[in-house]
Amino acid sequence: MTAVAAPLIEVSGLTKHYKVRTGRFGRGEAVVHALDDVSFDVLKGETLSVVGESGSGKSTLGLTLLQLRRATSGTVVFNGQNLGEVSDRALAPIRQRLQIVFQDPFSTLHPRMTVGEAIALPIRFHRLVEPSKVRERVLAILDDVGLPRRYENHYPHEMSGGQCQRVAIGRALACEPEFIVCDEAISALDVSVQAQIVNLLVDLQEKLGLTYLFIAHDISVVRHISNRVAVMYLGHMVELGPVDGVCERPLHPYTQALLSAVPRLGERFTGEEPIAGGEIPSPTAPPSGCRFHTRCPFATDRCTVELPVLREVKVGHRAACHYAERFL
Amino acid sequence: MNTMTIQDNKTLLDVRNLSIAIRSRKGSARVVDDVSFSVCKGETLGVVGESGCGKSITMLGLTGLLPNAASIASGSVDFEGHDLARMEEKELRNIRGGRIGFIFQDPMTSLNPVMTLGAQLAEPMMQHRGVSREVAYREAAKLLTMVGVSGGESRLSQYPHQLSGGMRQRVMIAMSIICQPSLLIADEPTTALDVTVQRQVAQLIKSLSVKLGLSVIWISHDLALVSQIAERIVVLYAGKIVEQGPVEDMYLRPRHPYTKALLASLPSVADHRAGRRLPAIKGALPDPRNRPPGCPFAPRCPDQIERCWQAMPEMTRFEKGHDAACFVAELKESAQ
Repeated sequence: MTAVAAPLIEVSGLTKHYKVRTGRFGRGEAVVHALDDVSFDVLKGETLSVVGESGSGKSTLGLTLLQLRRATSGTVVFNGQNLGEVSDRALAPIRQRLQIVFQDPFSTLHPRMTVGEAIALPIRFHRLVEPSKVRERVLAILDDVGLPRRYENHYPHEMSGGQCQRVAIGRALACEPEFIVCDEAISALDVSVQAQIVNLLVDLQEKLGLTYLFIAHDISVVRHISNRVAVMYLGHMVELGPVDGVCERPLHPYTQALLSAVPRLGERFTGEEPIAGGEIPSPTAPPSGCRFHTRCPFATDRCTVELPVLREVKVGHRAACHYAERFL
Repeated sequence: MNTMTIQDNKTLLDVRNLSIAIRSRKGSARVVDDVSFSVCKGETLGVVGESGCGKSITMLGLTGLLPNAASIASGSVDFEGHDLARMEEKELRNIRGGRIGFIFQDPMTSLNPVMTLGAQLAEPMMQHRGVSREVAYREAAKLLTMVGVSGGESRLSQYPHQLSGGMRQRVMIAMSIICQPSLLIADEPTTALDVTVQRQVAQLIKSLSVKLGLSVIWISHDLALVSQIAERIVVLYAGKIVEQGPVEDMYLRPRHPYTKALLASLPSVADHRAGRRLPAIKGALPDPRNRPPGCPFAPRCPDQIERCWQAMPEMTRFEKGHDAACFVAELKESAQ
């Protein structure tokens, strides 16, 4: 990757806290730290992947980026405009250029709308083509996402998960966006179909010059399609760097743990190896200092009190660990 | 050569020519078609396939848990000298939870949300083994420690919602081994879990299998995951077994094009293949109500020949214990 690409979206200090009721009859109140002081850029034309386990804040990141959830603090700047200051009404035309594809294609498609209607709706809403040309455009999009044109009149229940996901992608494309958030867009699909959808996304990116924020829990899928990878843990971004660097030379112990947990062909369990413990702690009561210190094999006293900042350890490769140099 | 595993005293479960049909308004569909496999004592068998291939319904069929619309059309299920396919519901009840333990994908829907863990763990012990409440609770605490739920005793008064997903699945595992079953059926037990927790659960089940001499059937869509714990693997496609064999043979020398395609489409963190495209299997699973007459994989198969569209290939032995149902693989083999 060359460093000349300009940022399309600049995120700085993005924080999102949710208040939840707790205790008996919801008398108590707790704050979920879904996103804590996250800063990064998304470069024009790149695929930036965000990986992390459930509760890491990766989905909240996608939603707050698009202002589908308003941030508690921090800014998201798109084309020189701070989206946090734009009213919902004024956001509509901007949203045309910022789209999202969700995990479950069945629940994001209207069950009583045909594929053709679902794709035509955003075209009509944003008045992207003349009313007489809408159908032509819909058919062109079906071609783009690799669905036969006769699917125009199909309903979601008549299609497989992979086909529905193609429609969801087509609906996002109908807006002629610059930026698409893929929120676990392939996680619900079978492996053989996953590969089809990944390839479709790659083709579309090359053809239309799209920028992707690709949210996934599976770091192995990310390896093939991203330029850069960000790793999230309990609302913090703990590592951000080029895909090869992060996957081959991870600089954060959490990334290392995540990578080593991926099932590999040829690795065998004997039933005698010690079972590693630990799970992601509750985001309502995150640990002090480094969020990962409760599970980190390298943690010291410093880690329990001092929160490490995401800093550049190698050119273009940032990590939030006091001892990241150790892993260079 | 047709394959038949030799019935010996090491075989715990022997499924022969099992077919399961589902009736619907649009007609009857054979979702499991002439499936035969066996599990030896202490062995872990991995069952791999995509959604809709019939892997879950096969397991439900083994133990009489089929939904109302489905029924066993033919075949036998020999387990410890009984044919489960012909057993009365009453007798089956003693086998399920007694001799055969189950773990399902989503621990939250399998656990009772309004019962404490202690009550849920103690009940089957009192039911199947007739022990007193106190003994049952004491053993429940021990079991929880065994599956890695810390603070055993204090956990007994907790409810499922107070636990994380990984902890809930551990409780499910504890529950499944309460009555010292000889067979554990785990249906996608880690699919709802994070990858770091998935590894812990896989290791836990493997260690229990070794420690207790437990046979395990592990159902998964993830060939890499299954290869970590299973000794043998069965690959299902559209209700049929297309290949089965020892785990190393399956990923080093796969014979069936579907197994090959599954392996190729596995994304890998380790080797960064050239280009950003993943090798995909074109098309989708055939509709079970309207399957092609020949090999069900023919429409998607890169190697298909004319014969594949006309007749279903038989299971053929390629190496010791390694069978596949593919005409093209047979031709290749005889050409060598």
